[in-house]
Amino acid sequence: MGIAVEGAQKRFGDFQALDDVSIDVPDGSLTALLGPSGSGKSTLLRAIAGLEELDGGQVVIDGKDTTRTPAQKREVGFVFQHYAAFKHMTVFGNVAFGLKIRKWEKAKTSDRVHELLRLVQLDGLAERYPDQLSGGQRQRMALARALAVEPQVLLLDEPFGALDAKVRKDLRSWLRRLHDETGVTTIFVTHDQEEAMDVAEQLVVMNQGRVEQSGTVDELYEHPANEFVMSFVGEVNRLGDAFVRPHDIEVVLDPDERTEEAMVQRIVALGFEIRVELVLGDGTEVWAQLTRAELQRLELREGQIAYLRPVQAKSFNGSSPSHAPGASTPQGSRDGGDAEVSAAV
Amino acid sequence: MSPTAPARWGLRTLAFGYLGLLLLAPVGMIFYKTFEHGLSAPIEAMTTPDALHSIWLTLLMVAVAVPLNTVFGIGCALLLVRHRWKGNAVIDGVINLPFAISPIVIGLSLFLLYGNDGWFGPTLSEWGIQVLFSTPGMILASIFVSLPFVVREVVPVLQEIGTEQEQAASTLGANGWQTFWRITLPAIRWGVAYGVVLTTARVLGEFGAVTIVSGSISGETETLPLFVAKAFEQFNEEAAYAGAIVLALLALTTLLLMSVGGRKAKQVKEES
Repeated sequence: MGIAVEGAQKRFGDFQALDDVSIDVPDGSLTALLGPSGSGKSTLLRAIAGLEELDGGQVVIDGKDTTRTPAQKREVGFVFQHYAAFKHMTVFGNVAFGLKIRKWEKAKTSDRVHELLRLVQLDGLAERYPDQLSGGQRQRMALARALAVEPQVLLLDEPFGALDAKVRKDLRSWLRRLHDETGVTTIFVTHDQEEAMDVAEQLVVMNQGRVEQSGTVDELYEHPANEFVMSFVGEVNRLGDAFVRPHDIEVVLDPDERTEEAMVQRIVALGFEIRVELVLGDGTEVWAQLTRAELQRLELREGQIAYLRPVQAKSFNGSSPSHAPGASTPQGSRDGGDAEVSAAV
Repeated sequence: MSPTAPARWGLRTLAFGYLGLLLLAPVGMIFYKTFEHGLSAPIEAMTTPDALHSIWLTLLMVAVAVPLNTVFGIGCALLLVRHRWKGNAVIDGVINLPFAISPIVIGLSLFLLYGNDGWFGPTLSEWGIQVLFSTPGMILASIFVSLPFVVREVVPVLQEIGTEQEQAASTLGANGWQTFWRITLPAIRWGVAYGVVLTTARVLGEFGAVTIVSGSISGETETLPLFVAKAFEQFNEEAAYAGAIVLALLALTTLLLMSVGGRKAKQVKEES
């Protein structure tokens, strides 16, 4: 069930939460709405669910205009950041809620609830109350509750935002597997670019109530439409007018006409990956991402002078991204993504 | 920093002393006085026709005023918390009036409104409805004085639970009515229960406003507090004390029923 939003407008008093937002989410996809807080991503998600009424524009689900359809009739599964667990009901009661509303028979309801509890690995906790569950368990319960009624689309509003790092990582991969199994069109909101890139196939980057860019993860990473997208999707350094990814900076010991002098300030080992923080002559701080082998070969020390060569850089002064000098020998490992660029989302 | 042991004991003594002197001693005294010479005298005092009628009338006040104020209170709290608009500030202020105005003044105002020279009085008596010195007026007074309790108890609970559970219910297909019965009401049930207890206690004990509008006619428009007051004035201490005990027991029963009822309501919701 594809979802389309056309020219959505929403104001809260003086605050323009959505300003002419249009997105197109293909059937069966897993899409992330990514943006800083206040960018309008949650408002957009809530508008798709019918929890927020748009001032203008359209929401189309599976080809049907649902702009004026109340939330209860949209058949949308919604998962809230803070779980919205029904505190006075057991886990079973929570998951069964939508089925009871639909007047399912008791036996059938029970079968379906237990099937879902197995799916979210909460079987055996059916008689617990939400306040007897951990945050991660509560969120899985909320997910089972949303899936119980077999929604056309699944919407998740910062679903892992209130959980600690380890649980968040587990739930991410688990959500992706769940999506692979159920195939329900899924949109989730996050402000965490790593989470978005980890889970989603499609990204919609939002900022100040507008869509900055949408496309596949590779597309946005390799061909960001503007400075905002480039710095929000992936890490970035600024060198004058140009933007360079940390893994697109080559560190060498011998200068030539394309290098810039810099001093090594700090070397941080993050497992396999090494983060080298440098400062340029004009005081600009940059960091380069090296492998352990590269670091050993260069024998870098903190306080040492080294030379930087941007392998690939972008600047957004003109309409199209330009390559920095020296980019003729592509060394970035992510350069293979171009072939997959599509116009979807 | 926690207080030192002597300070802690000092505080406890003060708290108990305060409660003991101001609450337990007077109430205990009434119990003692009532049952000083056994059970037969108080039972006899409370089984006279006038006494029984006053108990019945008091229960009638509770039976009418409490459900009405509960329904109104929940609805009003929902309006105040869930539907923000400018009129809310006015409603919010007006609801507090019964707290601010002395019951005597409430009684007088009802007297003026429904008396023979009042706005409504002449019209209503043309239709054959006697408000003053009869049950309708007393019910009006009881509703007036006990109106704010449920609203005041439910509003903060509604604010605290937020709207996410209700929104979740609506995305799961529940309409407004289903959401209210299955989600909102169970979530606010303790606030409602507490409001009902306070409302009941207030109606049971109401004296000032009811005195004015009822005329306090024995065996006709005399509620239990009025009965106690009259018995006391007529030096019928036996009846006064016994009536007071009945009032206290009624209030206590309410408290018990509500705490049991709250727990039951939860179980029922679970099974349904």
